[in-house]
Amino acid sequence: MTNFAILPILIPFLAGILLAFTHKRILLTRRLAMMFALINVAAMTFLLILVLTEGSIVLETGNWMAPYGIILVLDPLSALLILTTSIILLAAVWYAPSSVSEEQESFYFYTFIFLLVTGVSGAFVTGDLFNLFVFFEVLLMASYALITHGGKKVQLRESIKYVLINLFSSMLFVTAISYIYAVLGTVNMAQLAERAAAADQLGIITTVAILLFFVFATKGAAFPLYYWLPRSYIVPNPVVSALFGALLTKVGVYSLIRTFTLIFHQQPEIMDQLFIWIGNLTMLFGVIGALASRNIKLIVAYNIIPAIGFMLVGIGIFNNDGLSGSIYYLLQDMIVKAALFLLAGTIATLAGTSDISKMGGMIRSHPALGWMFFLAGLVLAGVPPFSGFIGKLLLVRGAFEKGETATVIIMLLTSLLILLSIVRAFIQVFWGEGETGSEQKRKHLRHLIPAGFLMLFTVFLGIGAEAILPTVQHIADYLLNPQAYMELVLKEGR
Amino acid sequence: MEIIMIVLAGILFGFAVYNILQKRLLRIIIGTALLSHAAHLFILTMGKLKRGASPVLTEGTENYTDPLPQALILTSIVISFGVTSLLLVLAYRTVKTNGTDNMEELRGNNHD
Repeated sequence: MTNFAILPILIPFLAGILLAFTHKRILLTRRLAMMFALINVAAMTFLLILVLTEGSIVLETGNWMAPYGIILVLDPLSALLILTTSIILLAAVWYAPSSVSEEQESFYFYTFIFLLVTGVSGAFVTGDLFNLFVFFEVLLMASYALITHGGKKVQLRESIKYVLINLFSSMLFVTAISYIYAVLGTVNMAQLAERAAAADQLGIITTVAILLFFVFATKGAAFPLYYWLPRSYIVPNPVVSALFGALLTKVGVYSLIRTFTLIFHQQPEIMDQLFIWIGNLTMLFGVIGALASRNIKLIVAYNIIPAIGFMLVGIGIFNNDGLSGSIYYLLQDMIVKAALFLLAGTIATLAGTSDISKMGGMIRSHPALGWMFFLAGLVLAGVPPFSGFIGKLLLVRGAFEKGETATVIIMLLTSLLILLSIVRAFIQVFWGEGETGSEQKRKHLRHLIPAGFLMLFTVFLGIGAEAILPTVQHIADYLLNPQAYMELVLKEGR
Repeated sequence: MEIIMIVLAGILFGFAVYNILQKRLLRIIIGTALLSHAAHLFILTMGKLKRGASPVLTEGTENYTDPLPQALILTSIVISFGVTSLLLVLAYRTVKTNGTDNMEELRGNNHD
């Protein structure tokens, strides 16, 4: 029973290894990848139901008792995020054959995708700070391989910057962990939380916490550390962009949620303000970048950044509405970003360029693509009744409760500007004169199905919010009360 | 002893950052390698240096060397070794395809 906690790591890992053996037979690899992705979704759904009905699962690997060994904790938050990850993996594997060249596919493409998901799921389940670093490295290693996959000139040029910034922040992460080990004498998250709560040197803990904040903010692309993201996310294949945009920055945000609700909440007057203001600046600068850009992929990539800002503000608000807003936003943003990247990739492939000023009139030949892009824009901007609205509503309510009126104004302004940036791209690409992509009228349908599959989920997250919201609010309550996590993990030996 | 080690780690951090801020790709990679050495020394020191004691072998020992920092360093060394070798290959390919190893010239423009 407790061994189930390792499934989110084990299934994609084994799938990745197996697919490495079949890499020369493309048809077989595709089918196997699809099968593993489906198995993964089924298993993760099962785990989520199990966790919600029977309580969180804690696995002490190698039978080393809680604070000593490496702990895997599958609690509702991790289970929900892992299920979302597996859904995105399914859509990515589904979309891949129509956009990746066969030569690329045969070069271990699916292996790297599954290894990336191994790292992401591992980061979601681990209960140990150093192990979190290790899983970050696992997912980064796979992402280095994926971002350079294809080896185009521009790809190599941008990926070297991507690797360098991630390497630097990883080393800062190790340094931060060693500071934490020096101050608190452990790397187990539950024990860290226990000791941090009892510690009297608040100043030094807060300093170390801010160092750790900068590490996760670099991985999660918060202001002012986001500058590396947009250009490096648009160079690989659309599938890879979708996976990166949906998963990588969100792991950073998840780590922030986990560590800063559980461990580092001793001086809320400093940390909350830090989160709120970094969040506000992230929203504004990200959306300005999106407005300034005329490249369809770059517009979508810049739109990752304000979403990170919303989640950071939610952590800073630190009440039930704020945190559940953050989590809801995190879930829906993973899905809608993946869908948007797939749609933008399809548009760029059909038009043969990603410059929006060279496109026009695409709605005549590709109506379904156009309306799906428009719908995704509405979801992103938070127009009711779609999922973005629910997350933003919770965040705004939480911010009012805390008395952060300035933040509410910035959030609403940012939403408006996000809508403007997407609708402007929509008008340029789909309306007006021109016949962009009309010669490939029929071919694009199989591009659309995976994106449509993801859009179904975002619409469900909006309209069916009543089914999911209680779970999310329950998770927020659970995060606000770190005692529950400590008791869950450290139950033995007391 | 700890003071000396921390000063050494600090000097390494300084050299590493100086090298990372250079324009030549190879200098930057040397910088990242130095950075990982600095971080590893730092972990070792943060776990408190203690000489002449064995790790925990029997139950109830009072005087022992903390094994955790060593385990952390070992993991971290393996990872940074892998990343550095990948970075070297990547840099080689980048220089081959782009025809320059100067970071100033490895910039994009708005059209691609």
